Amino acid sequence: MHESIQYIVNFLYAAMLTGVPLMYGTLGEVITQKAGNLNLGVEGMMYLGAVFGFWGGYATGSPVMALLCAFAAGMGGALLYALLTVSFKANQNVTGLTLTIFGTGLANYIGTSLIMASPTESATVAANVINAFRPVRFGFLTDIPYLGKLIFSHSWFVYLGVALCVAAGFYLNHTRQGLNLRAVGENAAAADAVGIPVTLYKYVHIGVGGGICGLGGAYVALVTCGGTWTYNCISGLGWIAVALVIFAAWSPYRVLYGSLAFGTLSILRLYIPGTVISIPPSIFSMLPFLATILVLVITSIRLTREKMQPRGCGVNYFREER
Amino acid sequence: MQPTTPIIAGQPLAIDLRGLTKTFGKVIANQDISLTLREGEILSLLGENGSGKTTLMNMLSGIYRPDSGAIFIHGQRRDIRSPIDAFKLGIGMIHQHFKLVDVLTVAENIVLGTPAEKGMSRAAITRKIADLSLRYGLMVDPNRKIYELSVSEKQTVEIMKVLYRNARILILDEPTAVLTPQEIDRLFQILRRMREQGNAIILITHKLHEVMEVSDRITVLRKGLVVDTVERANITSDALVEMMVGAAVDLSLKRPEPEPDAPVLLKVENLCVRGAEGELKLNDVSFDIRAGELLGVAGVAGSGQKELCEKLAGLLPAKSGCVKVIDIDNNMNEVDITHAHPRKIIGQRVSMSFIPEDRLGMGLVPSMSIADNMLLKTYHHEPGPLVRRKPAREQAEKLIERLSIATPSALTPVRRLSGGNVQKVLIGRELLSKPKVLITAYPVRGLDIHSSYAIYKMINKQKKNGAAVLFIGEDLDVLLGMCDRVMVLCGGKVMDIVDARTATKHQLGALMAGSIISDSKKGEALA
Repeated sequence: MHESIQYIVNFLYAAMLTGVPLMYGTLGEVITQKAGNLNLGVEGMMYLGAVFGFWGGYATGSPVMALLCAFAAGMGGALLYALLTVSFKANQNVTGLTLTIFGTGLANYIGTSLIMASPTESATVAANVINAFRPVRFGFLTDIPYLGKLIFSHSWFVYLGVALCVAAGFYLNHTRQGLNLRAVGENAAAADAVGIPVTLYKYVHIGVGGGICGLGGAYVALVTCGGTWTYNCISGLGWIAVALVIFAAWSPYRVLYGSLAFGTLSILRLYIPGTVISIPPSIFSMLPFLATILVLVITSIRLTREKMQPRGCGVNYFREER
Repeated sequence: MQPTTPIIAGQPLAIDLRGLTKTFGKVIANQDISLTLREGEILSLLGENGSGKTTLMNMLSGIYRPDSGAIFIHGQRRDIRSPIDAFKLGIGMIHQHFKLVDVLTVAENIVLGTPAEKGMSRAAITRKIADLSLRYGLMVDPNRKIYELSVSEKQTVEIMKVLYRNARILILDEPTAVLTPQEIDRLFQILRRMREQGNAIILITHKLHEVMEVSDRITVLRKGLVVDTVERANITSDALVEMMVGAAVDLSLKRPEPEPDAPVLLKVENLCVRGAEGELKLNDVSFDIRAGELLGVAGVAGSGQKELCEKLAGLLPAKSGCVKVIDIDNNMNEVDITHAHPRKIIGQRVSMSFIPEDRLGMGLVPSMSIADNMLLKTYHHEPGPLVRRKPAREQAEKLIERLSIATPSALTPVRRLSGGNVQKVLIGRELLSKPKVLITAYPVRGLDIHSSYAIYKMINKQKKNGAAVLFIGEDLDVLLGMCDRVMVLCGGKVMDIVDARTATKHQLGALMAGSIISDSKKGEALA
């Protein structure tokens, strides 16, 4: 009995960890889309965050610098996207895709260069950086059977993501700036007419959203891959995050359980004993993507107006055009 | 109608515009415009499309900046650089196309963009909105979402938005375009109330009777210039039209009498059509039109007019019911076209000209020439795989000459033509096929008075030629003046089909609003 519960707890724990980069990527994209911009560059921004976060930790040996570099890199990619779409009115889809290609290429180039430059033919950040992201203990709370493991024994990096989701939800629903942001994303012309600085709102939120995506990338590089640079480490997480935005119905709170659900699907294969049911592993690998398709179909059938994509999403705003 | 209060003359000036000029490239939108607006006054800005009304008001609300000239607000010279500047000066603009965020509540839309004030809790905001509602007689529940509101309620929210910002100068751009006569009455009551409170109001419109009903003074614009400013009491409608157009125009509408025993040409029985989301857009619609008869269709925008057009043209599937055309060339056989392909419907000489809001969206291909657009309806009659352009071009040239369409040539892409000329091409092409049934929706949308009357004449000519005409319109005066019968749609249902010779505008208005009252979940009766 105890063993099987322990097994399930281990499974859920692993699912949570797998979901963390998705949580960051999805939250970043939710904030971006709330500003009325569809940024398909999540994958690219996560790569940028991964490689610059890794590089920050590698070069300075400071975990804080690693996180700052990751955030700045994701934000840099996003601001480039904002410059092209908000100021130069470039097509959002094409720009986002380009950002993905750019981020993937640049990250692997820099990562490979770091490996080549190292005498051991592998690049790993200093031990103190890796240790900084190890699970923390909350004294006796961590010792509560099962629950302690599930809730009170994670890395600070995980709690930071949860806190960001809650903070973003509060910001959107309960602050004046959040209300203004929703107006910008829904109907930029209406926001402009009441004097909300539309361009500023877009830049800030696209930038911050990109920075959060970058943190998700850093989590992959520093925690999932254990601080050793791994070629193609993001490998599609950014795309699942884009789909998760729909699953979460553009709510930062729902990002929390959305990423948990997708984390679960991603690692299901490893935790179903082969003797119970024998399903080819490729079926399991498909699960997150099948779920995405299913979610897309179900949500397109009927959604209340509040749970839909912001109206202005994907369309650039020109004041002069009426 | 209330008498104009004569005390206005002594009131201080709210707005004083001196010599405003605005050009876009080579086009002069406004030239040397000077006008004044006093506190406690309603000034109507009258002019045809393209006369520069909206440009002028956009300069006041901070969207455009004038090339030269000066703006004085309450006696002080001001530079209005952005909508925020305009708000700070107490200028509130109510746009023709509502600028509201659908998924937010009424209250959220009202406070949107206002600076946070100390102690301005949600409760305080709700109280301030309630105060405003009471003072001006505005009635909308602040907790409802915008997408649940009717058109006139949305407009009320726009008005509340500017009042909440303490605007003392209100500019309303074509506020009555989408309202029923009853709703217009209510809007005017609100405006009069605001005037009594000392607000200054500019009303932009091209509807004469509204100008005569509500304004104190009238400024007429033509081609970017001020023609004159006159007192309402000293002017007649006819004189205003002459000022607006630059020449006397015969504004009477003709109604050729149909033959009493003419055969029915189009029969629609119990037609039901679903919309994109599965809801009924047309609900049990039945009517028929005789040869030489003009049946008008009235209704608030979105009552099923678009679906009716698309169904009759064969673009939408019917859920139930049927559409029949009587084949007068062939023994008066009834031909069922309910499920027919559009081409077969055209073969029955059923013609449709539908002018949607974007005008070019349906019916014409904007980047193709007039001649090629003519071909679209006929090319499949030609033998062989190749298209012969010559006859189409000749036809297009004939059309250009006959309807005096202003275009460099028959090969000019349609999108380069002005709105009125596009409409002429669209209707002209339909008329060339000598339609037996002509369906026309909003044929004069966005046209000046001259072009509108030219189009009315074209429609009447078809009627005299024995066509059955379905005319979906917006202007109730025109519908009542031209049609034989008027069918009123509301929420996809036929409320009634009335005789246009005896019906009144208010009767139509009540029918148009009819099911809004009964369908409203909250059961609020329209006052």
